[in-house]
Amino acid sequence: MHRLTAVLVVLSVLFISTVGCSREAKEKPLDLPETIEVFEAMDTPNDSGMSILLRWNRVRGDSAAVQYLIEVGESATGPFLPAATIPAGEGSLCLAAPQYFGFDEENKKFRFAQLRLVPELPLKEMGKGKFKGEDGKEYFFRLTRFDGSARFVYPGIVSATAGGNWFNTAKLNNFLLAIIFCGTVMLFINLAKRNPNLFIRKIAGLDAVEEAIGRATEMGRPIFFVPGIGPMSVLPTIAAVNILQRVARKVAEHDTILRVPNRDPIVMSVCQEVVKEACTSVGRPDAYREENVFFITQDQFAYTAAVDGMMVREKPATNFFMGMFFAESLLLAEVGASIGAIQIAGTDSYAQLPFFITTCDYTLIGEELYAASAYLSREANLLGSLRGQDVGKAFLIFIIIVGLIVTSAGSKLMVNFLTEF
Amino acid sequence: MVYLKRTVPLVIAFILGVVMFFQYYIPHKASEAVLTDVNEWAQIIAAFALAIGLASIIHMHYAKIHKQVPGWGFSAVLLTAMVVMTIAGFASHGSDKTNVLFGWMYHRMQVPLTATMFSMLAFFIGSAAYKAFRARTFEATLLLVAAIIVMIGNVPIGNAITRQLPNVKDWILNWPQMAARRAIFFGVALAMVATSLRIIFGIERSYLGGGE
Repeated sequence: MHRLTAVLVVLSVLFISTVGCSREAKEKPLDLPETIEVFEAMDTPNDSGMSILLRWNRVRGDSAAVQYLIEVGESATGPFLPAATIPAGEGSLCLAAPQYFGFDEENKKFRFAQLRLVPELPLKEMGKGKFKGEDGKEYFFRLTRFDGSARFVYPGIVSATAGGNWFNTAKLNNFLLAIIFCGTVMLFINLAKRNPNLFIRKIAGLDAVEEAIGRATEMGRPIFFVPGIGPMSVLPTIAAVNILQRVARKVAEHDTILRVPNRDPIVMSVCQEVVKEACTSVGRPDAYREENVFFITQDQFAYTAAVDGMMVREKPATNFFMGMFFAESLLLAEVGASIGAIQIAGTDSYAQLPFFITTCDYTLIGEELYAASAYLSREANLLGSLRGQDVGKAFLIFIIIVGLIVTSAGSKLMVNFLTEF
Repeated sequence: MVYLKRTVPLVIAFILGVVMFFQYYIPHKASEAVLTDVNEWAQIIAAFALAIGLASIIHMHYAKIHKQVPGWGFSAVLLTAMVVMTIAGFASHGSDKTNVLFGWMYHRMQVPLTATMFSMLAFFIGSAAYKAFRARTFEATLLLVAAIIVMIGNVPIGNAITRQLPNVKDWILNWPQMAARRAIFFGVALAMVATSLRIIFGIERSYLGGGE
């Protein structure tokens, strides 16, 4: 009954949110001037250089038929060459580029154009939003508005110098959140050194590791550890390798065969080293067999077919599927289930999670994959980082609640602050 | 030896981790050049690693053939196919047109084999769905009902039954499903940052083979 109530409450909140979000606010008509009154040029902010932004006000009567011609010259007196033709559509509104102009309501009244500077420009490319130029040199711009047969040239000439920036201020929100979160994690790692007995909730899949290895030992069958099909440069694979180290230690202690088929040669090299060191660290260097940690192929389905074939022939008692998985997840796990192996899977690929949950005995969902190494080792430093993560999650929940309230009150403050560029 | 196996990798992980963290926030040309260099290094290392992978395959299957372990014939087929494919690839200068041997083997043998493996997924999904949708608990029943709505809402017959069914399907996908997905995503994102920190600061050393 409680579960039914909880589900109904969640669905009601979501339904109300849907209705709330579908309401559209009516906008007041803009008070626009009769002609171009403002025309500015500036270096494009937050870029690597070779780009200039131009901004001018919208004019009453702007329509699809209206076009703006931007010309560029190396001196204020010309000569000027065409750099871009901008139609007076929605795409050129400053509102569409908050990464350059922020979220000011006044942006509705302005248009912009971004011009690229290129070292060499063929004639046919002229007037297509770029001009021949270089960083550190001043360029001059002229703006003309064409409305059918009517033509208006803005009386002023504006100038700007392109250059690279040393900090992307559009990512300031991201930077601040990253610093706060990193600081929190480091703080809890240090706190954990003083108080190593941190409470970490039980993760059934990781508690079953010992049992799964023991079962394989009793049955005299091998254990398969599949570290996903991702390269070493992705975090799920690193997390999988971390788990492999913990599993390999226990396997070496139990004197069982651990087979690690790899799809990536670099991952294979790392896995070989990890298993070798794990065997040595428990005083069983003889337990390591290089041929048990091997490369198969980089082709996704050929790899899957090979692992499936090995499973059917060797009938492992336990399968670990940890790391990054795609379509092969079900092909591997279903074959493993058909041979009666205990299966423990862990991935952050949420599209594959349902397949693992359905076919495996235990599944580490998302963040549990990353927590596994700390959970299995029980090292205070690693557990401290998990506590830091939890604090980060609490902070996110707080942000979501505040955002819900602020946004429901009609303010875009939180949405704008959290917008990613 | 310990210095090379532990200290050097830890120092490299720390320096590159910190540099790449700040590189993300620095749009300057110098910063982009660092990123390009690092990516090129990664590609060079990957190319060398492929040779290690090749050596692993040859070593493993040659040993099987040499010892004539059960199933050694498969190893012989694998090594023969690898040699033939490599020679054909060089002979055709990498062209994958079907009128040359390399292209013919790729398009007429490898691609169908891959497609066969992929198409088996349909049957596995059927059996997985059967396991998932057995309405033994309240949650499983909820899953079953949601799945039926989404499946029928995705095909024309859903619209024929009632025009509201595709809307209900969209609502399930866009709201409850998206909320659950984002919850997982938030947890994963924070866990990724924490794991990265543990690696950058040398707290997590499992990937080097051991802790101490």
